[in-house]
Amino acid sequence: MSFVNLNDNNLQKRLSREFRFKVYCIMAMTFALGFVLFLFTSIFSTGYSAFYKTMIPIEISLSSVVPDSNSFALMTNEEINDLSIYSLSKKNIYNLFPNITDRKEKKEILKIFSYEFEDEIKNFLKDNKENINDINIIYLTASDDIDQLHKGNFPRDIPEKRRRLSDLQLSFYDELILENKIETEFNFPFFTRGDSREPELAGIGGALAGSFFTIIVVLILSLPFGLLAAIYLQEFAPQNKFTDFIEININNLAAVPSIVFGLLGLGILLNAFGMPRSTALVGGVTLSLMTLPTIIIATRAALRAVPPSIREAALAVGATRMQAVMHHVVPVAMPGSLTGAIIGIAQALGETAPLLLIGMVAFVVDVPSTPVDPSASLPVQIYLWAESAERGFVEKTSATIMMLLGLLIILNLTAVIIRRKFETKW
Amino acid sequence: MNETKIITNNVNVYYGEKQALHNVSMNMQANEVTALIGPSGCGKSTFIRCLNRMNDVIDTCKVEGTITIDGYDIYSKETSVEKLRERVGMVFQKPNPFPKSIYENVAYGPKIHGIANNKNELDEIVENSLKQAAIFDEVKDRLHEPGTALSGGQQQRLCIARAISVNPDIILMDEPCSALDPIATARIEELMEELKKDYTIVIVTHSMQQAARVSTKTGFFHMGNLVEVDKTEVIFSNPSNKKTQDYITGRFG
Repeated sequence: MSFVNLNDNNLQKRLSREFRFKVYCIMAMTFALGFVLFLFTSIFSTGYSAFYKTMIPIEISLSSVVPDSNSFALMTNEEINDLSIYSLSKKNIYNLFPNITDRKEKKEILKIFSYEFEDEIKNFLKDNKENINDINIIYLTASDDIDQLHKGNFPRDIPEKRRRLSDLQLSFYDELILENKIETEFNFPFFTRGDSREPELAGIGGALAGSFFTIIVVLILSLPFGLLAAIYLQEFAPQNKFTDFIEININNLAAVPSIVFGLLGLGILLNAFGMPRSTALVGGVTLSLMTLPTIIIATRAALRAVPPSIREAALAVGATRMQAVMHHVVPVAMPGSLTGAIIGIAQALGETAPLLLIGMVAFVVDVPSTPVDPSASLPVQIYLWAESAERGFVEKTSATIMMLLGLLIILNLTAVIIRRKFETKW
Repeated sequence: MNETKIITNNVNVYYGEKQALHNVSMNMQANEVTALIGPSGCGKSTFIRCLNRMNDVIDTCKVEGTITIDGYDIYSKETSVEKLRERVGMVFQKPNPFPKSIYENVAYGPKIHGIANNKNELDEIVENSLKQAAIFDEVKDRLHEPGTALSGGQQQRLCIARAISVNPDIILMDEPCSALDPIATARIEELMEELKKDYTIVIVTHSMQQAARVSTKTGFFHMGNLVEVDKTEVIFSNPSNKKTQDYITGRFG
């Protein structure tokens, strides 16, 4: 008998089968990783530019835009808001290109700026009431088209008639570039502002706040109910037909398509109970219905994994059933249960369909400050922007996806860390 | 002979339709070790779990007959299982310390029963229990490390300390050494010698040598019946029943 038999056909076959199996596995893994990588690069490469925005500095003598520079220093912010400085501001902007004298062509100068330039100048005025007599440089947001042109997303070589920027506007841009008067800065307003029809002004602040409130409502509703239901079903409920029936239904609930929950929210919460439409409160309640079974199932699995000997040990020293469960079983099951809860929350965070039905798809400009204000949410914001025609929304869509993916990765990482850190080692 | 501590009379136990114990009647004396032997599935564990009503946890389990401890029927309506288990402690087959510190493992029972009035008393109870279980010297420097980090034999002695922390009368041991090596087993057996001065001990064991070494009285179970119960010397030298004879001589089981 020899251990070195390279001519053993059977052994050779077994070994090469193992090798082939390994190759298939690695191929499958590479394929999956490749897709993830493709997804991430394509989103990142289109989305990253949304995090900075194009600004055009203009020189303004503040006294020239206010009607009465003497009384200005005494004006409150509200009074400044009520001022009409549009035409005075316009004149200052025209000074950027002194050679343009034609009225029609002057109008084209305005179009390279965002239409909210009047508000931007007012905000600057509020902060600089004292230096009213100085000449100041104000950075004004460029219009969406100039922004995209500067970011290299605007094709110049198509005929003027099919272009959103006229030849004249392009020449303004080229002139500003030569004079070094186009600058970019971090797009901070993107994170604080609500939605807007103008891509250069639109932000995900509203969607972030909406998602935040929704998740808070989901947490408040589904975590305590889910934990209590799971603990009761797993530890206290008698094993009979009725509890079997409940268990089957909870499992079914987890498999119900999310749009059905949306219809339920529409029919019951909005129509029957008359709760406010398009709000994080209703969104949260609807999503709780989806998260609840996930939390119950995960918690029950975690409780089931706790060895029965721990319950016996507690009971044998005279603990009541509740003491045995709450003092010994639940703490051991908590990491698993929280992991399930976080995965449920992550699901809720990325859920879109039910929110469309309860009206969270509305165009909301204001950032919500309570759960009963109309609001959007991150996935719905993606949906809204993805179907907008403006080129500026393409990068905004990808940037929002990046934010959502980032949040999901953070949530899932937290789940992993909780499990690693607090898991009981036997 | 010591006073009789536990009396069981015609105990029948059913798991659903299946009858696990048939008319078991035996007495157990205070400050003695009573051993229960028999082949796997003979009902000895079922029987010992009746003595602190651990079988109550199983929905389908039904117990008939009477079991009295110091003359009180432990299956009467007035009995609180929590109080019963405070007086009848139990040590299990597999060491099952709580996944908490050594200190908390022992302090848990006194805490829930409100035995200690303050931290110092509790510390004292923990120390005494650990000393009685002959493990104090090994763990005194790491009372706040997890009990699950100890070796198997230490874990089992920790479980014994936990059982005696609430100051019971009776300690039930369900095959306490089956998961331990011979040295750890010897230590537990020594410990039982000590413990029987203060407690009544009932032990289920697979090892006939162990029964012979530690017990005063031995009961032999077979197929849910108590075949024979007598002084340990009698059971191992001159049993009256043929089945007992066959079992102790190794013909079956």
